[in-house]
Amino acid sequence: LLQPAVSVGNVGQLAIDLVISTLKMTKVGYFYTDCLVPMVGNNPYATTKANSMDLSINAEVYALPSKKLVVLQIRSPFIKNKYRPFCQTLLSWVESSKCDRVVLLSSSHAYQRDDEQLLGTPLRYLLTPDLEKAVGGLMQELNWKEMEKVAAYPGINDTEKVLHIPGGGITKLLFTESCSKGIQMAVLLKFCSEGDNIPDAFALANYLNEWLKLIKSRVNTAAQWKIPSSWRLLFGSGVPPALF
Amino acid sequence: MATFFGEVVVAPSRAGVDDEEWAEETPEDRDIRKELEKKREIDVLWTLKSGAAAESPAEGPSACSRFIVAMGRNAAAFLSSFILDSVCWEVVGVVKLWNEWCRTSSTTNVLPTDSFCLFYRLISDPTVLLCQCSCYVAEDQQFQWLEKVFGCMQKEGLQVIVLSTCPVADYKTQESTLTLPSPFLKALKTEEFKDQVCCPLLEQPNIVRDLPAA
Repeated sequence: LLQPAVSVGNVGQLAIDLVISTLKMTKVGYFYTDCLVPMVGNNPYATTKANSMDLSINAEVYALPSKKLVVLQIRSPFIKNKYRPFCQTLLSWVESSKCDRVVLLSSSHAYQRDDEQLLGTPLRYLLTPDLEKAVGGLMQELNWKEMEKVAAYPGINDTEKVLHIPGGGITKLLFTESCSKGIQMAVLLKFCSEGDNIPDAFALANYLNEWLKLIKSRVNTAAQWKIPSSWRLLFGSGVPPALF
Repeated sequence: MATFFGEVVVAPSRAGVDDEEWAEETPEDRDIRKELEKKREIDVLWTLKSGAAAESPAEGPSACSRFIVAMGRNAAAFLSSFILDSVCWEVVGVVKLWNEWCRTSSTTNVLPTDSFCLFYRLISDPTVLLCQCSCYVAEDQQFQWLEKVFGCMQKEGLQVIVLSTCPVADYKTQESTLTLPSPFLKALKTEEFKDQVCCPLLEQPNIVRDLPAA
């Protein structure tokens, strides 16, 4: 199961849009939930007039049987006090549907990085202990960087370290719950800020592709992701000509 | 994050993240939260057959073939001006709710400037229901509203029409919204809706949110 966290810059969600759009995934269902703000629109991945009229809502599930891939896309923010219920429902669905592993795409505030994190790659990963056994070695080969823990009481006691993902939404909650339930979960995240997050989405999607190889990419050339039609006008309507 | 003037502020985020959200609750916090939830509960009260004022959540309409819902002041005003009158329509229910923006009461005698949410039935065809909702239903109440209102109705053969308005400035289009002839109509429909739609469908990337979306 591949899914985003609603996090800073909505990078996880944008990256998921790229995956669904490029792999032309079919919608197989949706979450009927009171945890997300309701929204509805026409098909965000429409390619022709014919398929542009399918309604789309805030939490939908897509599938690609050939790659044994199921993707959940979340399109609106969480309602206050509903983070925990949503995580619990989601994880019990993961367990009851006997899903092998979960990959969570997320992001974290770039301004909260420490001096060392400011250098080098802005991409990080996390693995639950159960998944660490299975793919920990692969991460080493890919030369990926694990998300660093920070001091629980900075300045006072530097020995106790905790996981801190500012701006990550439900990322930390889902990850810690998965650790305690023995679910195989990987978190892939990018440090970023609010703004034009399309390049961040591409970076995160390419990072994911290094591991899962969802689409072909040649050496030294970025993988070819298809931008969905709904990404038009991300920053509003056209400008009135009278302005100039 | 530091601003130009050197003050350090927490960066706002589209994701609306709240890290303290899931910190462990004390029993007091839990009690406060439950009290608040109770205060924000929605009551759907149907008028009893005898025409008496709604006092308890009696059973809702037994059969409904068409349900027209107007959300927001503009849509509610449209219904008041062009559709509703005391000869053809009778009040059959009311929604009582409270949130930080408005409060509705169980009275069915309302002024156009009040916040209210009333249900009407067409006297000549009691399977046609109409809802006029001029109050704001908060995010955390929208699902409840939906479940409690639709929970009373049979869904077989039911046609639902939702009327709502959005600011033109929110409409995303290639040209500037200043040049658009407004107001204009757009629609969204489910696959099952087979009737003719009288206006173009809403194009991506435009979306509808909140109660009309629910």
